[in-house]
Amino acid sequence: MPSVTKSGQTRPQDPADDGAPVLEVTGLRKEFGDLVAVDNVSLRLPAGRSLAIVGESGSGKTTVARMLVGLERPTAGTIVVCGQDRSRPSRSARTRRRRGRQVQIVFQDPYTSLDPRQSAESAIAEVLRLHQRTAPGDRARRVAELTELVGLDARQARALPRGLSGGQRQRVAIARALAAEPRVLILDESVAALDVSIQAQVLNTLADIRDRTGVSYVLISHDLAVVRQLTDDAIVLRRGQVVEQGPTSSVLDHPQHEYTQLLRASVPRPGWKPVRRPGVAAGTP
Amino acid sequence: MTTAIALPQEGLRRAAGRFRALGPAGMASAVVLLIALVAAVFGPMLAPHDPNLPNLSLAFVGPTGGHPLGFDFQGRDVLSRLLAGAQSSLLGPLLVVAMAMAAGVLLAVVSAWRGGALDAGVSSVLDIVFAFPGILLAVLATAVFGAGLTAASIALAVAYMPYVARVIRGAALRERARPYVAALEVQGVSATAICTRHLVPNLVPLIVAQSTIMFGYAMVDLAAISFLGLGVQPPAANWGVMISENQTGIPQGYPLPALLAGICIVVVVIAVNVLGERLFERA
Amino acid sequence: MTDPAPAVTAVAAETEAALLSVTGLTVRLSVDGRMQPVLREVSLAVRAGEAVGLVGESGSGKSMTARAVDRLLPDGAEVEGSIRFDGADVRGLRGQDLRRYRQQVAMIFQDPRAHVNPVRRIGDFMTEALRTNQRAGSSEALGRAADMLDQVGIDNPGKRLRQYPHELSGGMLQRVMIATALLTRPRLLLADEPTTALDVTTQSEVMAILDELRREYSLAMLFITHDLELAAAVCDRTAVMYAGQIVETRESRLLHEDPLHPYTSALAAARPDIERAARRLNAIPGRPLSAFEAPADECAFAPRCPHAAEPCRAGLPPLIELAGGVTRCVRAEELRGRLGVSIDA
Repeated sequence: MPSVTKSGQTRPQDPADDGAPVLEVTGLRKEFGDLVAVDNVSLRLPAGRSLAIVGESGSGKTTVARMLVGLERPTAGTIVVCGQDRSRPSRSARTRRRRGRQVQIVFQDPYTSLDPRQSAESAIAEVLRLHQRTAPGDRARRVAELTELVGLDARQARALPRGLSGGQRQRVAIARALAAEPRVLILDESVAALDVSIQAQVLNTLADIRDRTGVSYVLISHDLAVVRQLTDDAIVLRRGQVVEQGPTSSVLDHPQHEYTQLLRASVPRPGWKPVRRPGVAAGTP
Repeated sequence: MTTAIALPQEGLRRAAGRFRALGPAGMASAVVLLIALVAAVFGPMLAPHDPNLPNLSLAFVGPTGGHPLGFDFQGRDVLSRLLAGAQSSLLGPLLVVAMAMAAGVLLAVVSAWRGGALDAGVSSVLDIVFAFPGILLAVLATAVFGAGLTAASIALAVAYMPYVARVIRGAALRERARPYVAALEVQGVSATAICTRHLVPNLVPLIVAQSTIMFGYAMVDLAAISFLGLGVQPPAANWGVMISENQTGIPQGYPLPALLAGICIVVVVIAVNVLGERLFERA
Repeated sequence: MTDPAPAVTAVAAETEAALLSVTGLTVRLSVDGRMQPVLREVSLAVRAGEAVGLVGESGSGKSMTARAVDRLLPDGAEVEGSIRFDGADVRGLRGQDLRRYRQQVAMIFQDPRAHVNPVRRIGDFMTEALRTNQRAGSSEALGRAADMLDQVGIDNPGKRLRQYPHELSGGMLQRVMIATALLTRPRLLLADEPTTALDVTTQSEVMAILDELRREYSLAMLFITHDLELAAAVCDRTAVMYAGQIVETRESRLLHEDPLHPYTSALAAARPDIERAARRLNAIPGRPLSAFEAPADECAFAPRCPHAAEPCRAGLPPLIELAGGVTRCVRAEELRGRLGVSIDA
């Protein structure tokens, strides 16, 4: 596979890639016992741009996401966000909160991502209290701004999660993440569990939020159409390793690695015929 | 969500709705517990006679006009002793439950949160304590620290704590694995704040249900300890003590005082368990 | 509710030769203590050897339709309408007849792991029906199971038969489920989101196997999915469900270029396109409604439909035959040609 861009290389040909990266990962590795879940992953996210990490189950994409937000500790490698290293767990509460203001995450399952006893307003207000010393009046105004930004009405903002649909819950989770005003928002399959008509609404909302706040997205996804819609650059992970990376359009239009080509060919579309690959079936234990 | 500005009538109506949702057995249990609670608080005041005034000429005399439940082995009024004894009979189990729950929940949540070696260590220590029958531990404690409600209650609480810790640890682990907890960690919320403000409140229905079931066990065990003479000391009134001191009436063909005290214990235990089950179903 | 008569006559012609024909199926279940509809006048036909897709979002009733066909509705469900398999009334089947019916109608599910006993070997699971219903000997049954595993592309079948479910990956377990379903030589396969939990590459593989075997055994299939593209790609015809109703049934190859119901085109347009990024996705306002939330006396999709007009609110639209398909849109004829997928509108 000579055409694969090696991880860690920067791409000087990229016109938007002029400022300092908001997120830079070098040689990231994670072992769980004997299993190497993530192996030498490097990536670079310029401010305001969005990056997709594409892969199937077992590719290590979720482990990468968890390391980026500090939920897993890397075995090796460095993670630098806004010029500050976060490869090791934070010692102090202040550092933890500061890291919270740099990178946030929205998970896949809207039904378990919210405290069932907490309304959207209260969940957002809790995060605001944590990060800023503001007067209650200002805080209420900020809560209203955030719920409006993600497209929740006043009734929905006061409702408990059980009174909300999956799409509405995911909006709450997005608003809660944005409350910390992060530079990077990690979307870990955040729209995968939503119905098609709701998924479109949330994707549009995410695009609007990026326009209004300048936040950068790292989209963890197996869904190439969603990747195309939301991101500028993409890396393709397979069994913990980067097999291909580049601008999303070229990765999807001219996939170089055979695995990317296979992923691309597996997506149903008009005129698509499923293919059986002899021998591949035997791969799994 | 208009709870904050709910009118008192609406609050009453909601309480009535919740009460009806308990079903016939649940409603009966709630009434029984309410009566027991009133007896525990106001028992000595409600008692028609002095519960501790003996009159040996009236020993084991049956019900009369002013004494609807008759007299005990020392000729004391049984109704008055039942009312006066409610306090210690209910307070003991309450202490046991409160202590066992506080310690058990704390231990369970800390070990579920930290995981690893701490969790493994706590689990094995709990397994050892688990192997001791509660009542044996309580008898040992009273032997060492002297007879009395406090020593027996503390010992029972220690013996019950592993049950609590085991159940709550499992639930805490499930709750810990939920993404909302991870989201709070990513925000930089401290572990203590996540546990006290989010994790434990979400376990409250389970904690309440566990408490009610445990209350029943504690009540029976403490009554047994008092029956053995190691708990509440006579002449103080207590339902367990009353069974013990009036057992001489059984061979004499007058079981009423012992029986009444026993019925009080059984009825309260059943009521608490039924209510606990109802709460657990809804949890 | 309006008179179901036009719906019944509209599809009567095509149900003549059908292996499975569902006509005017309405199902009510107890929701929040009241009997409420989950399916409304569902009419659907699957011919022998034909693959029909059943597409819808959550709450549309697609899984409930399959459960009604397989007689797996919860106790206390109120059912109206008819379900006929090979001419026989399915709703009246009892005992031995019901067992025989279920051997002819196999079902596979989204989560195979929830439908196997984790402490029994794959071989025991696969041959259970053969041994109990067809009185096959143990070694004969295992032999047939091994053959079938080979056909679904699982190598070393003898070893797999001795393994336990947890030793197999999700994709492999779903292949085991397909092999098991085919062992009793069914004539109709009810596939309820069988690839939703799988990776796309595995999905492609499983769908290819399903397609191949379906043709080999001339097996009819009712394929339930939320993925319009997938259904259109692998099924001969596709029915689109919304709020407990079938709003359109159409030859799959015509579904994208010439849809007959605004919901079908809205669903196709809302999905991001893998070929190019849209400046904005054509999201459908509101959220998908279940049958009991949707308006009962007008078009169920009207509240979210960009084409809704006076006649749409005049009553529940009947099923109309149009251009070889069936639609529940009263404006279908007038809107035809304007509904086709137009991205970046």
